[in-house]
Amino acid sequence: MTVYDIAVIGAGPAGLAAAETAAARGARVAVVDAAEHPGGQFYRHRPGDDGSRHHHWRAFTRLRDALKNVDHLAGHRVWHAEPGEPHTLHCLVGHADERPTTVRAQHLILATGAHDRSLPFPGWDLPGVLTAGGAQALWKGHGLTAGARAVVAGTGPFLLPVATGLAASGATVHGVFDANRPDRRVLPLATDPARAIEAAGYAAALLRHRIPYRTGHAVIAAHGDGRLEEVTVARLDRDWRPLPGTGRTITCDTLATGYGFTPQLELAVHLGCALTEGFDGTPVAAVDAAQATTAPRVWAAGETCGVGGATLAIVTGALAGYAATGARPPASLLRRRARQRRLAAALAAAWPVRDGWKSWLTDDTLICRCEEVPHSRVEQAIAAGARDTRGLKLLSRTGMGRCQGRVCGYAAACLVGAPERPDRPIAQPVRLGDLAAGDTAPIHPRAGADT
Amino acid sequence: MNITVDGRTVPAEEGQTIAAALHADGLRAWRTTRVGARPRGLFCGIGVCFDCLVTINGRASIRACLAPARDGDVVTTGGER
Ligand SMILES: Cc1cc2nc3c(=O)[nH]c(=O)nc-3n(C[C@H](O)[C@H](O)[C@H](O)COP(=O)(O)OP(=O)(O)OC[C@H]3O[C@@H](n4cnc5c(N)ncnc54)[C@H](O)[C@@H]3O)c2cc1C
Ligand code: FES
Repeated sequence: MTVYDIAVIGAGPAGLAAAETAAARGARVAVVDAAEHPGGQFYRHRPGDDGSRHHHWRAFTRLRDALKNVDHLAGHRVWHAEPGEPHTLHCLVGHADERPTTVRAQHLILATGAHDRSLPFPGWDLPGVLTAGGAQALWKGHGLTAGARAVVAGTGPFLLPVATGLAASGATVHGVFDANRPDRRVLPLATDPARAIEAAGYAAALLRHRIPYRTGHAVIAAHGDGRLEEVTVARLDRDWRPLPGTGRTITCDTLATGYGFTPQLELAVHLGCALTEGFDGTPVAAVDAAQATTAPRVWAAGETCGVGGATLAIVTGALAGYAATGARPPASLLRRRARQRRLAAALAAAWPVRDGWKSWLTDDTLICRCEEVPHSRVEQAIAAGARDTRGLKLLSRTGMGRCQGRVCGYAAACLVGAPERPDRPIAQPVRLGDLAAGDTAPIHPRAGADT
Repeated sequence: MNITVDGRTVPAEEGQTIAAALHADGLRAWRTTRVGARPRGLFCGIGVCFDCLVTINGRASIRACLAPARDGDVVTTGGER
């Protein structure tokens, strides 16, 4: 069986840049990615797309062309990463025709990206409520509009492309509601010309489509009989508590909501990589100046080591590609990383999540969608002694369902007052037959992880 | 190309996922939850939340937002608990 010099996990901006750089230095590289098409979240596109809808399409086509020099293993979901010499990636390929396979490599570069971070509120599990990234993915990946009458709510600059994407897809967007009131004096967009230009473009598109943009407001409830029919929007105080008397309803069939992003860290945890706090204080893979994790022969890049957007992902991906091939990176790349990191930290500071969201919850608001655990049961578990997300899970089943706490993990961690724990020994659902198959190894949580 | 969804013919485009084909056909929910019988469809759209589960060609619990539609796929909904 082939043993690659380097396996890159993830074909987003970070993984593609890592693969391009490593392959250019002569390494034998595999890019292992769950998606059918390269690009990750940022460069998500329809097959045959001419790129007219995308920023930075030229950068993508260059990165995509570099895939010619590597083995692109598309549609490979890594469900377990086993450290060793070589490392072994246990994968599943296909869906209705699913089958297991393994990929071996001496060096790994983790570029697994992030997923939307959701906050619960009454009615957030009604059909028609989508994550902001989910609405964006329907448009970018399929050319579909998420709905006819849409509202966008959450926090962060990402809400802007989501709103303009919805409008371009044909939806009427009744407003963008950002819970924060980013201070214009510290607004860091101005420090990065590229982003300032991008932001100006979105502002113009909002005007053109007559989309109201309100800061200090949030969707605090969604209503409907079996599907979304309207949302309640309220003005918030600085801590995100709704100001009395400011609530109003908006009729809509679609709500796109997102409060930032959560890095996907399962594989990093499998490999024994130490975690640290990212720009916003939530867990990320810890890396040194060369993007090396604490695990032998494992590097990480992109949102795996901190949510900072596509440019930082490309820069860190390239740096990991240099390091994994034993090459010295150009100084200019190190300077770009430093600048992009400062920007990411400033963005995280300008768009934090404030505690007052908890006041949007009612007793019967679901916290865990999979196991249908209402807020009241979470509170009972905390009263009964749950001190961390593990205790909460044991006492209330929060995070015990199919998504393994990916969706509710952030909220659960906030409610119980302890950090999120991305330890999931099986990163993708695996059937028992596949587990028993000869070429898969026994699964056990990271040594010393939990007792 | 076409897929069948609970016996009904639904058009799908090359490169579309099963969830995108259902969404384009106007469906917003295709499953109910075990405890509260709550309707569910797309939420995250990228394979994270497991809300969008369907049965494809007899194989249960497949994330519709990840599975590419193939001509003649037989999709059944509502079976996930
Ligand atoms: C749904 C969504 C939509 C987004 N849309 C935009 C946008 O339009 N504009 C914008 O500026 N930012 C967007 N973002 C933010 C985005 O995360 C970053 O801008 C950028 O894509 C990060 O690059 P990355 O390479 O670190 O990760 P990603 O682009 O997320 O790429 C990670 C890749 O790793 C793969 N992967 C993860 N885990 C596994 C596994 N276990 N096995 C195999 N493969 C795996 C994924 O399939 C994915 O292709 C979006 C985020 C999300 C979650
Ligand atoms: S919509 Fe979340 S897994 Fe498919």
